[in-house]
Amino acid sequence: MGVVSAVSEDAVIVAEGLRKRFGPVRALAGVDVSVSEGRVLGLLGPNGAGKTTLVRILATLLRPDAGRARVAGLDVERQSAAVRRVIGLSGQFAAVDPYLTGRENLLMIGRLSRLGRSRSRCRAEELLQAFELDQAARRQTRTYSGGMRRRLDVAASLVARPRVLFLDEPTTGLDPRSRLAVWQMLSELAADGTTVLLTTQYLEEADRLADQIAVIDTGQVIAQGTAAELKSRLGGERLELRAPPGASLDRLADAVAGLGSGPPVRQDAEGSVVLPVASGARVLPELAQRLAAAGITIADLTLRRPTLDDVFLSLTGRPAARAPDQADPGRDTAPGAGAGARRDQSATTERDIA
Amino acid sequence: MSAMAPARAVSPALLREAGHAAQDITTVTGRNLRRLVRVPTLIAFATVQPALFVLLFTYAFGGAIRTPGATSYIDYLLPGLFVLAIGFGASQTGVAIADDLASGMIDRFRSLPIAGSAVLVGRAAADAVRNLFVVSLMIAIATPLGFRFHAGAAAALAAVALAVGVGVAFSWLNLLAGLAVRDAESAGLAGLFPVVILVFTSSTLVPVATMPGWLQAFAAHQPVTATVDALRALCLGGPTTRPMLEALAWIAALLAVAAPLAVARYRRATS
Repeated sequence: MGVVSAVSEDAVIVAEGLRKRFGPVRALAGVDVSVSEGRVLGLLGPNGAGKTTLVRILATLLRPDAGRARVAGLDVERQSAAVRRVIGLSGQFAAVDPYLTGRENLLMIGRLSRLGRSRSRCRAEELLQAFELDQAARRQTRTYSGGMRRRLDVAASLVARPRVLFLDEPTTGLDPRSRLAVWQMLSELAADGTTVLLTTQYLEEADRLADQIAVIDTGQVIAQGTAAELKSRLGGERLELRAPPGASLDRLADAVAGLGSGPPVRQDAEGSVVLPVASGARVLPELAQRLAAAGITIADLTLRRPTLDDVFLSLTGRPAARAPDQADPGRDTAPGAGAGARRDQSATTERDIA
Repeated sequence: MSAMAPARAVSPALLREAGHAAQDITTVTGRNLRRLVRVPTLIAFATVQPALFVLLFTYAFGGAIRTPGATSYIDYLLPGLFVLAIGFGASQTGVAIADDLASGMIDRFRSLPIAGSAVLVGRAAADAVRNLFVVSLMIAIATPLGFRFHAGAAAALAAVALAVGVGVAFSWLNLLAGLAVRDAESAGLAGLFPVVILVFTSSTLVPVATMPGWLQAFAAHQPVTATVDALRALCLGGPTTRPMLEALAWIAALLAVAAPLAVARYRRATS
C-alpha cells in the first residue's frame, strides 16, 4: 500500500498490470489505468482492443489471469460482493428484459439493489423522466426502438446511484438525438461526482465526456492523457486537398509542405493529400496563396477533426477499423488503400453533419 | 469490521442476509412469472401442450394399451403425463437462461449485490408455480374423461407435490444445460433429448414389463420410472413408501449434482 499510495490515494478505479487471455486470444496484455474520484475516463479503442474485457474485470464479472484491480478501495476479486454495492454497469448490449415494461425493468433493478419498494418506485419514475421514457414506461421493452432500449439500460445502471459507473460503448448504435441525451445525462452525473469509466469507439464522444482518455489497442494502453494532450499530439485538424483527376499529387504535396504541423500525406487511391494542421482556419489564406503561386487548382477541400483512425494511424501506424485478430500482418504499417478511402469518406460525412 | 464483532452478532447478520436473499428470490421469481404469462412460447408450453398430451395419449393410445390390473388407461396414464409435460416445459428454462446470458441480463444481475444463487432459485421457483398450474390443468381436463384419484385427498395432494418436486430437479438440470451450452437453441435440444429418452424408456406410457429384457433393466432403474411409479401409487392406491423413497432419492440426487454445478457456472458466467 505504502509505495503506490501516491497514485491510489484518491483514485477510485485502479488497475495494475491486468492480463487476460481467452485461449489463443490475448485480450489484455498488462493494462494499468487509474481514475480519480469524480472523474471520467474514456477508454478509446477499436473492436477487439480489450475494452470490454477490462470493464468486465473491473465490474467483477471476470477474473484476470494476472494483475490486480481495486474499485473504491475494494479488491475486485476478493471483495467482489462489496464492489457490487458501489458500481453500476451498462454492458455492451442493452440488457433489459424485453417482456417487462420499462418501469418494471427499473423496479426490478431497484429491488435487487436493495432500495426498498417505495424508493425503487420513486427512482424508476425519476429515471424514466430523465431519459424521456415516461411516455413508454408501460410498454414492454420489446416494442422499444434500439435507442430507447439503450437509454433504459443506462438508466438501469443508475438506479442505485452508484459511486462508480462502468459504461461499455453506451452510445453505439444510437441515433444522434439519443446520443445527445445520454451525453447530457453523463455530464450531469460526472458533475455530481460519480466516477465513470466509459469505453467508446468515437473520439468525439471521449473528447466530449472524458477528463482523461486512454487509448487501448491489442490489450494495451498505448496512450493516455487529456483530450487536448492527445489532440496536440495529433496536430489539431486535418486538411484534405483533392487534386483534379490526372493532376500530380507530388506537386500538390510539395506546395503545401511546411504549412501544417506535420508533413503532408499522399493518399493515392483518393487522389488527395492530407495535411495535419493546428488550426485549419488560420492556414487557409496562406494555402490559397501558395496554390495560386504554384498554379495548382484543387477539386475539393475538406477540413475535419482527427478521427479515431487518425489517432490510431499516428499511434500505431495501423488503421483502427479492423479488429487486431482480423488484421492482415502484412499491412500493419501500410493501411490498405481501399479501406482508407472508405474511412475518409465516412469521416468527411461526419464532419458535414457536425 | 464484522470480523471483529462477537460471535453472537453473527446471527442477526446472517438473518439479514437470509432476508435479503429471500427478497431477491421473490423479485426474480416475479420477473419470471410475468414472462410466463407474456411470452407466447411459454404460454403454449404451459397450456396447449399439457392439454394436447392428455387428449392425444388418451384417445390415440387408450384403445391399444392394456394396463395392469383393472385401472382404466387414463388413470394409468395421467401420472406419467404429469412428468412428460413438466419435463418438456422445463426445456424452456434452459432456453431462457441461455437467452439471459447472451443478452447480457446475467452480466447485469451479476453486477448487482445479490446472492449468486438468487437468479437461478428464482427461476426454479417460477417453474414450480407453472408446474403446479400445469398439473392442475391436466387434472381438470382428464377428470371429464374419466380420471379419478383412488387413494384419497392426502395422497392426491402428495402426488401433485411430488410432480412439482421432480419439476424442480428438471429445472436445475436445464439451468445447468443452458449455462453450459450458452446458446438458446442448443439449450432447448439439450433439455428435450434426455426427457424424451427417459420418458419413452420408462413406465410413463407403457408398463415396463412389456419392454425387451435389456431395456427393462434400464427402465427399472431410472428417475422417471421411479417418479412415475410413486405418482401412480399415490393416484391409484397401493403401497407408497418404497416408490416414494426411491423417487425422492432420485430427485435429491439430481439436485445435489445439478444445483451446485449450475450455481458454480453462473458465478463465472459472462456473455
